[in-house]
Amino acid sequence: MLKIWSMKQKQQQDEAASAGTKKKKVTAAQLRVQKDLSELSLGSTMKTNFPNPDDILNFELTIEPDEGMYRGGSFVFTFKINQNFPHDPPKVKCTQKIYHPNIDLEGNVCLNILREDWKPVLNLNAVIVGLQFLFLEPNASDPLNKEAAEDLKVNREGFKRNVRTALGGGSVKGESYERVLKK
Amino acid sequence: MTLAMTGTVELEPSQPSNARAKWKHMDTVLDRSGPFTDPDFRPGETPKESLARAKVLVIGAGGLGCEMLKDLASSGFRDIHVIDMDTIDVSNLNRQFLFRQEDVGKFKAEVAAQRVEKRSGSGVKITPYCGKIQDKDEDYYKQFAMIICGLDSIEARRWINATLVGMVDEEDPDSLKPLIDGGTEGFKGQARVIFPTMTSCIECQLDMHAPRAAVPLCTLATIPRQPQHCIEWAHIIAWEEERKGDILDTDDPEHITWLYQKALKRAEQFNISGVTYSMTQGVVKNIIPAIASTNAIVAAACCNEAFKIITSCNPCLGLPGTDNYMMYTGDESVYTYTFEHQKKPDCPVCGNLSRPLQVNQDSTLGEFLDSLTERPEAQLKKPTIRTEAKSLYYQSPPSLEEQTRHNLSKKLSELVENGEEVAIQDPAFPTTFKYKLVFQK
Repeated sequence: MLKIWSMKQKQQQDEAASAGTKKKKVTAAQLRVQKDLSELSLGSTMKTNFPNPDDILNFELTIEPDEGMYRGGSFVFTFKINQNFPHDPPKVKCTQKIYHPNIDLEGNVCLNILREDWKPVLNLNAVIVGLQFLFLEPNASDPLNKEAAEDLKVNREGFKRNVRTALGGGSVKGESYERVLKK
Repeated sequence: MTLAMTGTVELEPSQPSNARAKWKHMDTVLDRSGPFTDPDFRPGETPKESLARAKVLVIGAGGLGCEMLKDLASSGFRDIHVIDMDTIDVSNLNRQFLFRQEDVGKFKAEVAAQRVEKRSGSGVKITPYCGKIQDKDEDYYKQFAMIICGLDSIEARRWINATLVGMVDEEDPDSLKPLIDGGTEGFKGQARVIFPTMTSCIECQLDMHAPRAAVPLCTLATIPRQPQHCIEWAHIIAWEEERKGDILDTDDPEHITWLYQKALKRAEQFNISGVTYSMTQGVVKNIIPAIASTNAIVAAACCNEAFKIITSCNPCLGLPGTDNYMMYTGDESVYTYTFEHQKKPDCPVCGNLSRPLQVNQDSTLGEFLDSLTERPEAQLKKPTIRTEAKSLYYQSPPSLEEQTRHNLSKKLSELVENGEEVAIQDPAFPTTFKYKLVFQK
């Protein structure tokens, strides 16, 4: 045991002694999120909102696509990150009821990197790019809202019209949607 | 005292030489050096004394923990502490051999400690603590010579790892606690030794844990193929929709029954058979099949390392510059491989330990950040800074910059406590800088 300590001393001879103990330390998850946030490239179509700026593990992301079928909409997602990040993926949910093949009426999102393909090397930027992509290229082969997926597969033009109706707060196939048009 | 009356000397911890009788077999390795023993090793009383005195902590009294306690006690450790928050479940009895039917519902740590203590006879003291590892502070962990983990959660491993790394005080040799970690999953397992701050830590090795296999959400929602898919659907989607606000308690039989019924109905719709109550429990609680023998192999490896670290009788796993990770793979014949997992220079836990930094508590946060950009070792361009509790200043994203900007004109003394840790990041650098801000006056 003593031998180990002498090795330690040799290893860190030039390190200064530390001061003060028992103060709360910045957690590993916070450090990683902080790093991810500093590398975020939001562009003009996205913005974040931190209800409590001290808590960077919980925030909202608004996406306002400037092209594609969902252009003109304003979509708000909540990000919940636990202390096991980045081992666990962030929990992402859409806060509005929208008509989208990969997002169900409860706001659950089917995005591979949020579940089965999540890896600790991925970062928040990858998730944000993935979400943005869902609005540019809704994917009928991974349906979470089955009706919407079927609609997209069978009649793309009709689906586009239904998306416009839903964005405006109208109803599609008996289900009414939230008005999510950009103000 | 029957032993004393028949002329046998009573085994008392205070009489190490006599009490050692039952560990006589260990003398073969303690009374002489072997070909690989460190030249500084002095056979005989010294290592025996170290062994008798060492106070060690076992975290977890489950599958691995039961084995570890038994192994440690029979290799000559006398003062063992064990910590576990769980109670005994009937499903534990097949492999957690210290527990009996009548123990179901009792605390694992308590029963395990009692059983091993009783079986080992006098001379071995096992002290249980029934609760979370997070209940205890640095002073508690400081009393041990080393920590041996038999855990099933990554979160708990990361916590104890970060705690032990943070405890290392350059001026106090006693603050460095070797961490021995065992883990098993079915036929696979690993044993590793960490010298906090000196060698690769749990956080450095995070990518060694296979992530939990997940099924795409759309499969669950639309085309389940397996009974497990129906259970996951009930767990993730149905519960959220129908019992919003209720927090799912995986130990509550009513909750599991509800999920089971939901899953069963869904399975019927899709013509899937095989959903059972116990499968529901398994999927929801993410129970990984545990194999008693794998636990025995890994626990034994961990205890031998503990023994070697304490006695120095043979080279141990984990010394800087040597192998520190032993993986065992038994699911495809038998394969073991021992290697050195490298310390990560950018590890968020051990990569950059916080250094004290003298600051003027009357200067503003803005002035402090400006001074950092001038520091030769930092040369930061756009620093972002926080404490554990507060976001002090974020350069990005824009909304957070706006919300934290007002802090720039505040005095440091208004924002941080003397000696508090801050983490500073800059897009120009891959690593985090951590400082403990020490006020000048």
